[in-house]
This record gives sequence, structure tokens and C-alpha cells, in this order.
Amino acid sequence: MTVVGSRLAKQLSAGHFTVTAEVAPPRGTDVAGVLEQARRLQGVTAINVTDNQGANMRLSALALAAMLQAEGLETVLQMTCRDRNRMALQSDLLGAAAFGIRNLLLLSGDHARFGDHPDARSVFDLDSVQLLDMVTELMDGRNMAGKPLQGVPDFFPGAAVNPLAEPFELMFQKVRKKVDCGARFFQTQAVFDRAGLERFNSEAKPLGVPVLVGVLLLRNAAMARFVNANIPGVKVPKQIVSRLEKAGDPLAEGVAIAREVVSWARCHCQGVHLMTLGHEDRIPAILSS
Amino acid sequence: MIISEQKPLAELGEMVAPFQRFFLIGCGACATVCKSGGEEQVFLLQEWLTEQDKEVTGSMVIDEACHLLRAGRDLRHHQAAVYEADVLLVLACGGGVQSISSQTEQRVIGGLNSLFLGNVRRFGQYEERCSLCGDCLLNETAGICPVTRCPKGLLNGPCGGMQDGSCEVDPDLECAWRLIYERLQRQKRSGVFARRVPAKAWGRRRRPGRHRLKTGEH
Repeated sequence: MTVVGSRLAKQLSAGHFTVTAEVAPPRGTDVAGVLEQARRLQGVTAINVTDNQGANMRLSALALAAMLQAEGLETVLQMTCRDRNRMALQSDLLGAAAFGIRNLLLLSGDHARFGDHPDARSVFDLDSVQLLDMVTELMDGRNMAGKPLQGVPDFFPGAAVNPLAEPFELMFQKVRKKVDCGARFFQTQAVFDRAGLERFNSEAKPLGVPVLVGVLLLRNAAMARFVNANIPGVKVPKQIVSRLEKAGDPLAEGVAIAREVVSWARCHCQGVHLMTLGHEDRIPAILSS
Repeated sequence: MIISEQKPLAELGEMVAPFQRFFLIGCGACATVCKSGGEEQVFLLQEWLTEQDKEVTGSMVIDEACHLLRAGRDLRHHQAAVYEADVLLVLACGGGVQSISSQTEQRVIGGLNSLFLGNVRRFGQYEERCSLCGDCLLNETAGICPVTRCPKGLLNGPCGGMQDGSCEVDPDLECAWRLIYERLQRQKRSGVFARRVPAKAWGRRRRPGRHRLKTGEH
């Protein structure tokens, strides 16, 4: 396997508008569908592979990311602190590097209470700031115990942010910590509020770390209501819900809404992170200006 | 205080089914305050067993069931009734149950679930404020513990699930980090926000815990 540098890192540092998307590993061993889905992603620089997303047990993100990398598709491996202690995190990260995975999205993770294993013991040995710190240490050639590594990983670590969280300053102090600990890019939670995004961006710009705005494709009003009720930190405003309600073709309206978010991102940010959940064929429409 | 509650009656019913004669033990400390293992609950349990044609050979409420040697002494005081029973049914926290089981070869059934180290809001309302982590951060967090009151125990600020200052796990719960932030602001200090909190030293929370008071060193 040839290990190549991160295309995502190159694109972002060149200042190009950058698009990422995401796939979720299956609940089971049949990866044919998700591999096909990933191959169909067009105009995308890197593909996030989610890690037991929403605290629902799936095939290992590391395994799927390695398979995608082997096909020449660049991935962003998501890694949460919910399911692994610091030893498991470090060994999985070294494993990821050995498979040629360069980009990471380092997260605290949703609480197990949300998922399909609510009785699982959540780990949270580290938080996302400490995880970033640890990755930086691995890149410096040491593990958390201070021991030297045989072969040093070269990651492009990223972090998540909910740009609309309130109190803003409380959320933002963590953004600063993440940058201090080595976050090289941010992918945001899904955003539907232009003013909120602009506020975040005016604060974030001086930090000099590229921000990819989360764009969630809403299929219909029912999905928007589900998101409001069940997805922590994502708010679909009333007027968007009612646009979807009134639309003759709700999916087309969802694409239009997503396209608007992309246009805000084009004005203010370095890119977008698309969450299309099975409607990958709509990505060209979402990205068309 | 250790907060405990009685196991559901259906579960207790299954546990007592194979036995005929019982010796009942309550605890005069936390389980009495929680109304899970005081005089009254021991009496009710006795009535419940009698209704099922079980025999109660005797009962006692130990001042503090967590006291290993006192538990042994009290068992000896009731030796005859204790050994007449098939099984000892203990209404005390897990610590209390193990004081008893460490002091007799008689079989022991615990009738409670131990929940947490709790603060008392008012009678019957308890809140977990401390998880005994062995590495206290309270002096920097305005006296509000993120290890306990943030369901994820995050140490560097809120997670992305904080919404309007509420917790993602339970919207009725205020985000612990919001509380810390606001309190530090009122106190006009940055506290824990002034630094990056490194990974927690969980090694200080040795399991099983063992502590010996060092005397004469202060």
C-alpha cells in the first residue's frame, strides 16, 4: 500500500473550497453497499467514516476506512472517546496510520444513552481536547506514557464544533483549546442559521484554521422534526420545517436548502461537509452554484 | 450518604423463594434515611415474608452496617437466630451486605440496589455531586464537579450536544459546564478555563479502594 500525503490538507492549505462527505459502516459484515456508496461520491476530497454514530453499534470505522483507502479513496477517520480508553485510542490510531489513514476527526462522542446499547458503559477516559493533545504527541513520536514510538504517524487532525451553541463564549473557549492542541481543520455540526454561522466565522477566522460547514440534506419535514427532537446540537429553524412541509417535492426543497447553506459557506468558510444519508446522487445539485 | 433503593418485589420474591427461614438485617445509617433499610422497612419485609408463609427467626438494625467489626459483634449477639435461619436478608448498601457476608459463613441475600454517593435536597430527593474520583478539581471549577455532573465527565468544557445551556443527555439537566462557566464569571475569575486540563489520573482511583489514616504527620 502506498502511503500518500493528505489531499485534504493540501487542498485546505492551498485555500481551495473543499468538500467532504460521510459514510457510515454497516451493522454487519456486508460492506459492498457502503463501498459502492463511497465510490459514487463525486467532487469530494475526502470521505468521513463515522464511528458508531449516534452511539449505534456498527462495523469498525477503522476497518472500513482502511478498505476505502486501499481503493484509493481518501478518508477522514472519525474517532470518539466514548468506546475506548486512552490505550485503545492510541493503538487504533497507530493502526490507522499503518493503513495509510491520514485525516482524523477527533470527537468526544454521543452518550451511549442515545444509541442501541443504552446499557453500555461509556468510557470517556479522555475528552476531545485531550484526544487531540494525544494525537499531537503521537506525531511528535511519543505515546501518552512518554515512550518513543517505532515509526511515527503523520496525521492531519481535525475537530468538530457546533458553531451555534450557546453560551457562545463557553463553546468558543473549547474551540481555542482544540486549536492549541493541534486541530488543523474543523467540521461543524449541521447548520441552518446563516447569522449564527457568520458570528462563529468572524470569531474563528483569526484562529487561521479552516472550517468545513456541516450541510445536512433534509429529505422532508418529518426528518427535520426528527433531527430537532433527537440529534443533540442541531436545530432546524421553523421556517425551514415549513418550507419542507409546503414543498411539492420535499427532497428537491431539501436540496435547495442545502444549496443555500453551501452558498453561505462559499462566502465565509473554506468548505462544506455533506451529510446526504443515502442521497449521494444529489451531491452535484447541492454543490452547483 | 450512600443512596439505595429496595430491589423490585418481583425480584425479591424470586430470591427468597427457595428458602424458608430468614434473619433480617437493616442499617441504621444511610439505608434508614433513604427508607430502604431502616426499622420500618425491616418490619414491612418481615410482614411480607410472613404473608408468604415464610418464617422470620429474628431481625436487627445495625447502627452502621458498613462497620465490619460492629457487624460481626451484632451477628454474635443474635447468634442463635442467625444460625436458625436458612439465609440472612440484608437491607443495606453493597458495603453493608459485604460487612455481613465477611463476618459469617451463613448465606446472605442483599435486598437493595446501591445507587450513588448522594447529597440530600430534601427528604426523598437525592442528587449525585461527587463520584469519589480521587483527583479533585473542585477548587478550579467553582465548586461544581464536571466529573460527576457532566454525564461524559468532560474536563475541558461542554460537548457539542449542549443546547441552550442544557445537557444533551437530559434536557432537564443544566449543562455542568455552563454552570461552572457562569459561576466563575460571577466570581470574576477564569478558574479551570485558564488552562488545558490534561488527561485525568484515574490511577489515583485505586480499585478496590483501601485507605489508612496516617497519624502523627500533621
